[in-house]
Amino acid sequence: MKLIIIAGPPSAGKTAVTRQIIRHFLGKKKCAFLKIDVVRAFEDEELREEFQIPARKIYSGDLCPDHTGVMVLKDAIAWAERLGTDIFIVESAGLCLRCSPYVTQSLGIVVISAVSGMNSPLKMGPMISLADVAVITKTDLVSQSEKEVFREKTKEVAPAIDIIETNAVQGTGLRFLMRAIDQQAEISDPATIVLRGIPPLGVCTICVGKREIGWQNHFGVVRKLDGADDIFRGD
Amino acid sequence: MSSGTISDITILPGHDKHGNPESFDRIVIRPGDTLSIVGPTGSGKTAFINDIEVFACNDTATGRTVLVNGEIPAEEFIRDPSKKPIALITQNTKCLADMSVEAFLSMHVRARKMSGSAIVAETIELANQFTGEQIQPGCRITALSGGQTRSLMVADAVLISNAPLILLDEVENAGIFREKVIEVLKDHCKSVIFVTHDPLVSLLSDRRLVMRHGGVEKILEPEGRETHIREMVARMDLTLCRFRERIRAGELLSEPGFTI
Repeated sequence: MKLIIIAGPPSAGKTAVTRQIIRHFLGKKKCAFLKIDVVRAFEDEELREEFQIPARKIYSGDLCPDHTGVMVLKDAIAWAERLGTDIFIVESAGLCLRCSPYVTQSLGIVVISAVSGMNSPLKMGPMISLADVAVITKTDLVSQSEKEVFREKTKEVAPAIDIIETNAVQGTGLRFLMRAIDQQAEISDPATIVLRGIPPLGVCTICVGKREIGWQNHFGVVRKLDGADDIFRGD
Repeated sequence: MSSGTISDITILPGHDKHGNPESFDRIVIRPGDTLSIVGPTGSGKTAFINDIEVFACNDTATGRTVLVNGEIPAEEFIRDPSKKPIALITQNTKCLADMSVEAFLSMHVRARKMSGSAIVAETIELANQFTGEQIQPGCRITALSGGQTRSLMVADAVLISNAPLILLDEVENAGIFREKVIEVLKDHCKSVIFVTHDPLVSLLSDRRLVMRHGGVEKILEPEGRETHIREMVARMDLTLCRFRERIRAGELLSEPGFTI
């Protein structure tokens, strides 16, 4: 089974890309889909109805979606394997732009929208730099000049990344994405899959529910306005 | 292969929405050619230029194949927009960046790793030949009118992108001098394909592709047979242009004896 992990900011077109992948492989490979989202998601129902493939979702609620992804991925792989899946697509919610849900033994795809502003690739970091493929959507809506600059900025973050430009709704230009999926190796040993990057620092006092502003009110890793270093404050 | 060495782009037939093969043998586009694509909504006009834009390789819904100089083009040609010999401008194409015209063009020049600021001024000058409303270098891109924006995008495609083939998808509605655009593109040896409902643009093109049910139904080559009508439509267009300018200027158009 091949594992594909799709990340990207909200409304970038992750599900449109997912749809094109499923449509392309329909009848040739068995696809299964998992959506990880925060409060509400409908993609699983839509894709199940449209393509009659196994699809499910999980809500991360108070956890960060990537945190949830790490927690459930092992079970999810076992679920997809049991169904005899050839291509298992996991779509993450992609919220804080610091996320990077890609794991080893998978194809990591970041979906970013060309209309999100030319500097947006520079603001995302590991979500782009740890991906294998960047699918840039909505390129039909922006000028040639902005398209080229967007590409340059994406390469600045991830020089070796495979960039694919598309109007994902129409599916233009996606043949190179399908080829990357064709060439992707299958999972060799699920027990050895690990996250490619280190997620943002773990649980903080804000995560556990303290709402007072000011570092003086918090413990663990804190930060002052002056002085860029994180400091540890605790017992 | 650099963009300067393109001698022709060839489209090989696919099939229409019902799966019937298209009847043409091949469509060859050479530098300086102008084609227009006409047909009702949903007849496959935009799909046709999209096939060209992505260099279809029998892998799109239409099954067409696009060749450059008679061969399947190299991958970087297709994938890197700065090496791609095609510029596509549609009615949806926008400049989103909130910066001055000059800064915007300079940014494109830098992304292309070109040198010299002269080309920025030349591009603005060319754009101003396409539009009645002058574009100033210091104007914000986001404050430009539809006509100014498209004029600028066409000028950018000609000079900075230096794309040998320009695809214009229904951009005529936005107050640009269409005859001038066609003339300049010919002068620069650019090929252009218009998706259009505009009579003047259709009549000014060397060839007209008529679309039906997703396929090319026929290819018309007027070869002078439409000259009379074309000249008349050009006069009508000019008259309308003048009226438009006068209405904008706040005039009352009271010429009782006026006829075209």
